Amino acid sequence: MRILVVGGGTGGTILANNLTRRLAGEVRAGKIRITMLSDSDRHMYQPGLLYVAFGQMTPDQLYRDQASMLESSIAFHVDAVTEFHFDKNQVKTKSGKTHEYDILAIATGARIVPQEVPGLSEGSENFFTEEGAVRLHKRLMEFQGGTVAMTVSIPHKCPVAPVEAMFMLHDFFKARGIRDKVKLRYHYPTNRVHATSNVAQWAKPEFDRAGIEYETLFNLKEVDPVNKIVYSEEGSAVKYDLLIAIPPHRGSEIAEKNNLGQAGWIPTDRFKLTMNGHDNVYVIGDATNIPVSKTGSAAHFEAEVVAENIASVIKTGTPVREYDGKVYCFIEAGYDRATYNAFDYVNLPVLKPPSKAIHWFKVAYNQMYWTTVRGLL
Amino acid sequence: MSQVKIVDACNTFCPGPLMELISNMKQASVGDVLELLSTDEGSVNDVPEWVNKVGHELVSSQNIDGIWHIKIRKTK
Repeated sequence: MRILVVGGGTGGTILANNLTRRLAGEVRAGKIRITMLSDSDRHMYQPGLLYVAFGQMTPDQLYRDQASMLESSIAFHVDAVTEFHFDKNQVKTKSGKTHEYDILAIATGARIVPQEVPGLSEGSENFFTEEGAVRLHKRLMEFQGGTVAMTVSIPHKCPVAPVEAMFMLHDFFKARGIRDKVKLRYHYPTNRVHATSNVAQWAKPEFDRAGIEYETLFNLKEVDPVNKIVYSEEGSAVKYDLLIAIPPHRGSEIAEKNNLGQAGWIPTDRFKLTMNGHDNVYVIGDATNIPVSKTGSAAHFEAEVVAENIASVIKTGTPVREYDGKVYCFIEAGYDRATYNAFDYVNLPVLKPPSKAIHWFKVAYNQMYWTTVRGLL
Repeated sequence: MSQVKIVDACNTFCPGPLMELISNMKQASVGDVLELLSTDEGSVNDVPEWVNKVGHELVSSQNIDGIWHIKIRKTK
């Protein structure tokens, strides 16, 4: 039996490793072969980009060689998939090879598309790529005062990132001794400071305490990078000196080119995590269209469910459980405090007061991630 | 030609029903009707508030067996 994992990010890597361990006997006996195809020989810890923007991590700390993250029996190829042929159980790759499979897992992630908003690429900074985070850090270090505005476009990865970034901006400028010269303005698409009501209830008084101004029901329409003004769909116009954008996202380019789903989000059963209409194709992480956060945490828990189910179906003919929507996200509340957001399809998140202990656990997790992705934690 | 698209956001908290609706609205064409399914009571007020502010059209809002069915027409 051939199991093919397309994508070497958090979800794909955890899935491949977890599955290889569960099927160690079958793999050793040559009954099962697990292959991973990725477009990169490196693995990036994406949550670290926020810390790069604030000078608390350097880009080299975000990467490991992908091959070193994988169980040795996994056949790993740096050869991006270009075509999916579900009717033939085949994919084609950039090098021109064809890979056949019995079970396919798609974990091709998401990408930012700032070009969807007129003026956004030219007028803003962001922390969703290495280059972007490095450039933003430089801009923040050079900033001497004025208005720092954040706009949030949707959909986007990591729903709590905008809130975290605002608290970190507050502490960053405080540490530089110029907080009194900086106006922090936050703009959010829904009618609260965060889409999740309990996160909003916690964050609003924290914003008030930190002197962070906010405007809700602000859906970014366009940016005038010459006059430094952002315009909303709702009719607002806001002047800025430095614009930090949470850019809109789409599914991977390969998903979009193969018409796997609207805007590249692949239609997926939210419980089974199978691609709609294809029982032998699983989709995990940011690539799905299911209504959960696009985070490494969701990808992690989804990967575990899929690994358990594939292994169980091979061994017993029956899957063991469904994905329950579980997500656990740390939320940095500044330089030395954090809380967390844990929820599933049934239970609303209940936020605890931020503490230093949770912040230091997050800092530790920034290193522990490398054990998670190996499927050990 | 306009069409009705279902946005099933039942039992979701993060990013939540309104964010799912706005994301889907971005992909829709003018004249399309989206039907949001939500189990979040807050949607009953949140969605009309956003629709009125942006200027889309609220077609209908009703609770059927504990699920809110809120239809919105994209106007611009």
